[in-house]
Amino acid sequence: MPARIDIAFRLNGVGKRASVAPETSALEMLREVIGLTGTKYGCGEGECGACTILVDGVTINACLMFAADCDGRDVMTIEGVNATPRGEALRRAFVEHGAVQCGFCTPGIMVQAWHLLESNPHADQATIQRGIEGNLCRCTGYKKIIEAVAAAEAVERGQTPVEQSREVQRG
Amino acid sequence: MAELRAKTSPQGSDPARGSLIGKRIPKMDAPDKASGRTRYIHDINLPGQLHAKILRSSERHAKIVSIDTRAAKALPGVHAVITAADVPWQRPIGVAKDHLPLKTDRVRSLRDEIAAVAADSVEIAEEALGLIRVDYAPLPVLTDPVAALAPDAPRIHPAPQGADGGPSLKPGLPVAYTGKPDNVAMVMEYAQGDVAAGEAGSALVVEDVFRLHYVTHCCLGVSGVIAEFDPSGNLLLYSNTQVPFLHKREFAELLDIDPGRVRIIQPPIGGGFGSKLDIYPFEPIAIFLAKITGRPVKLVFTREEEFLASPTRQPVLLKLRSGCTKDGVLTFREVETLHDNGAYTSWGATTPFVMMQTVSSLYRVPHCRYRTRAVYTNNPYAGSFRGYGNLQATFAVEAHMDRLAEALGIDPLEFRLKNAQDPGEVTPQGMHFKTCGLKDCLRTAAERGDFLRKHAANRARWSDGDPVKRGVGMASMLHVGGGAKIYPSDGCGTILKIDDFAHVTLITGASEIGQGSETVLAQLVCEELGLPLSAVTVVNNDTDITPWDVGVHASRTTFIAGNSAIGAARKAKDKILALASSKCGDAAEALDLAEGCVVKKATGERVFELAKLIRSLHFSDKAELVMTTHYYEPPSVHQDKQFKGDVSAAYAWATQVCEVEVDTRTGIVRLVKVTGAHDVGRVLNRLGIEGQIEGGIVMGQGYALTENLMVEDGWVRNPNFRDYKLVTAPEIPEIDVSFIETMDGEGPQGAKGVGEAPAICIAAAVANAIYNATGVRLTSLPFTPERVYRALHGAAQPLEWNVPQ
Ligand code: FES
Ligand code: FES
Repeated sequence: MPARIDIAFRLNGVGKRASVAPETSALEMLREVIGLTGTKYGCGEGECGACTILVDGVTINACLMFAADCDGRDVMTIEGVNATPRGEALRRAFVEHGAVQCGFCTPGIMVQAWHLLESNPHADQATIQRGIEGNLCRCTGYKKIIEAVAAAEAVERGQTPVEQSREVQRG
Repeated sequence: MAELRAKTSPQGSDPARGSLIGKRIPKMDAPDKASGRTRYIHDINLPGQLHAKILRSSERHAKIVSIDTRAAKALPGVHAVITAADVPWQRPIGVAKDHLPLKTDRVRSLRDEIAAVAADSVEIAEEALGLIRVDYAPLPVLTDPVAALAPDAPRIHPAPQGADGGPSLKPGLPVAYTGKPDNVAMVMEYAQGDVAAGEAGSALVVEDVFRLHYVTHCCLGVSGVIAEFDPSGNLLLYSNTQVPFLHKREFAELLDIDPGRVRIIQPPIGGGFGSKLDIYPFEPIAIFLAKITGRPVKLVFTREEEFLASPTRQPVLLKLRSGCTKDGVLTFREVETLHDNGAYTSWGATTPFVMMQTVSSLYRVPHCRYRTRAVYTNNPYAGSFRGYGNLQATFAVEAHMDRLAEALGIDPLEFRLKNAQDPGEVTPQGMHFKTCGLKDCLRTAAERGDFLRKHAANRARWSDGDPVKRGVGMASMLHVGGGAKIYPSDGCGTILKIDDFAHVTLITGASEIGQGSETVLAQLVCEELGLPLSAVTVVNNDTDITPWDVGVHASRTTFIAGNSAIGAARKAKDKILALASSKCGDAAEALDLAEGCVVKKATGERVFELAKLIRSLHFSDKAELVMTTHYYEPPSVHQDKQFKGDVSAAYAWATQVCEVEVDTRTGIVRLVKVTGAHDVGRVLNRLGIEGQIEGGIVMGQGYALTENLMVEDGWVRNPNFRDYKLVTAPEIPEIDVSFIETMDGEGPQGAKGVGEAPAICIAAAVANAIYNATGVRLTSLPFTPERVYRALHGAAQPLEWNVPQ
């Protein structure tokens, strides 16, 4: 039996303990051990951004981080981002602006955009484009994603309220 | 000089009665997806499930001498290790049935499946793969499609043999797999008119050769499947297939069971684009393992595997000759192509179906001949990919059109307008363009892209000494927009029920693959029933529940499933209005449905609340349900053996103008702006259609400029996103799209299919733009800096057509 490492960290604001193999990635731990599947595997090599999470407030490709290195850190995933006001504004903007097609890239881009607005509340279009440069999307052509992030940013600055009523609820 | 007259949206959407048509409707599944709640196949785990991994060939072409699985089988946590010997009943799969899921006597490409493991975890399965020993006897490797036609070329598909030299599939087994006498996988020939006569009447003839490269789908969600048998031997498959009903039958054949015992559930898909249109070996292999272990088996690719072992777009070498009169009227066209089929035959081999349509019918060509051969090699094999051959055909035809225009001294717009199709045309291939917005597309894109002025100005700057050049180019396309009757039926079924709270469940055969079909279908139903979108639930992912459909391909879902949904909704409406009429005394024709109520058509006065009315039907002595079914079969025809016939119920058109910047010092081409005009019939969901078109444009940009699956002597050199360059957010062009609404008479609310169209023109328009910028014509894709630089500095080899007859 390979050695296992006991770790303790904060996950989406809640204390968490886990016992992980040394070679386990943070992505695997989140998805397979803890069962938070919003963080996606797109490449496992740090090239697509589908696995983007926040560690101590900085975005990281979870596929490139060892689970053991989460010890003592503050980790936030799409599930945590969702529960914040900024996450909610982003989600609404992504829905309203048609930024979601197959949706596989979306959680990673949401987390990246959340971080972008956190660190640069006045991001212009070029900054947004560069900010999500590491996130691949095969479906949308990015245009609507960029528009959605800009719209969420505008909402934060109190400019144009996103219409809430149009968001569709599934039966 | 061509006349410029833009005509957009002749019939805008009617905003009356709160119509949803043409509005910006967010996708119904977007909130779940944006919050990471959607469960893709990768996120599903069944109790007791095992994890499977596949051992692939390390040789491109070799005999399998022996496979030793003993050490792998002995590894703790391993439940099964299988090779072809363990499944002697396996059958060939694929379009030409030339492909056994587990290879018996030989491997023909690097992706070939030799053995598979089911284990307690992915890690154990991977460790077990490392313990399998395979002895190969290398065979001569064939990776050049031209060489594949030589009489003495190595044969890729001789009759299969077991290691003992006897037939690998024992006599008496269900399918005889006999091998192929040569390397020709498929031939398709088409002819109309008399090409020699056309040529005799030509003032000008131009010939070009083009080469198209390998690209692959790169769905962000990698391929995966979960297979499970119940104790009675019924198969449940969680699969991302785009054709669940056809595959149900294929899997049943594979297992020799009644198709009624196969159930396919389709979890949300992380991208399709045509890649899930065929069965690939990993699916039968997961099924074999599930059958042998009696446990659910999950098999998910790594990204590297996705690059190596999922299908590609088909690489093509293409020769094109056409002529025209001195006034610029096309006289004939002759096309010959050679397709690299790779080691096995999937849908890629059948893309000439679509290619020949572009060759024969994008413009009026009286005389035309088309011939394709697809040949086996030891390269990866090609499947279907958004556009289905049309990116390749349009690249050639539209670059060639610019060459003809230049030879004639006519501007590219005028030359195209002279030869463009009109509404009402029936082409010699039998396609009937009941609506056709091509001329409007041409004029609109040209005007909005300021094409003529820029085209002339850029040319004047060829030798002005500035190393950075600007260019503008245009290309148009024709694609099926009302389904494609490639099977005897191109239909789709709908079941619609309205419950006692007036909530609608729309059960459709059509799959959602991220393109937004479920939202559009719900919209169309709401339009008929006067309900808000929130009153509809769409069920579309379980073959035990959903009615039959051909599958998601050929841009058919909005058109075919849309008409089917409308049919079911109209039947429900008739039933409801008849009931209301019997209760209120007004004629049913004088009543309508709006805002959840039965209303008087003339005044809008509310007569009944819909939910109450339906409850009164349930709880009456009639005790009836409002539940309807509808099957829509488009009025298209299955083409005859000469490939003639009106294969689609409607045809989609588009023109795209691309503007580029070419740095002649580096060869870097930047796509600055795309101005598109698309004949979409009618816009149903503006948000959705914009998303489809923008996504398609950027996919076309990748095809033209950045994407290249580098296959060298059968080795795939760049199976990762670092070296296979997808377009990223900072690189996208400015995009300006106009919709030409031709209101197709057969389309749902006038709409046509549009899913594939936007990716088709870009490469051709970019090639034409690079020429307009520099005076240098590129005929091989992609336009990487290296290729462009070499061409600009005279170091490119001209392409030759050296293919034996
Ligand atoms: S999965 Fe981590 S970057 Fe792609
Ligand atoms: S929406 Fe499909 S990859 Fe981005």
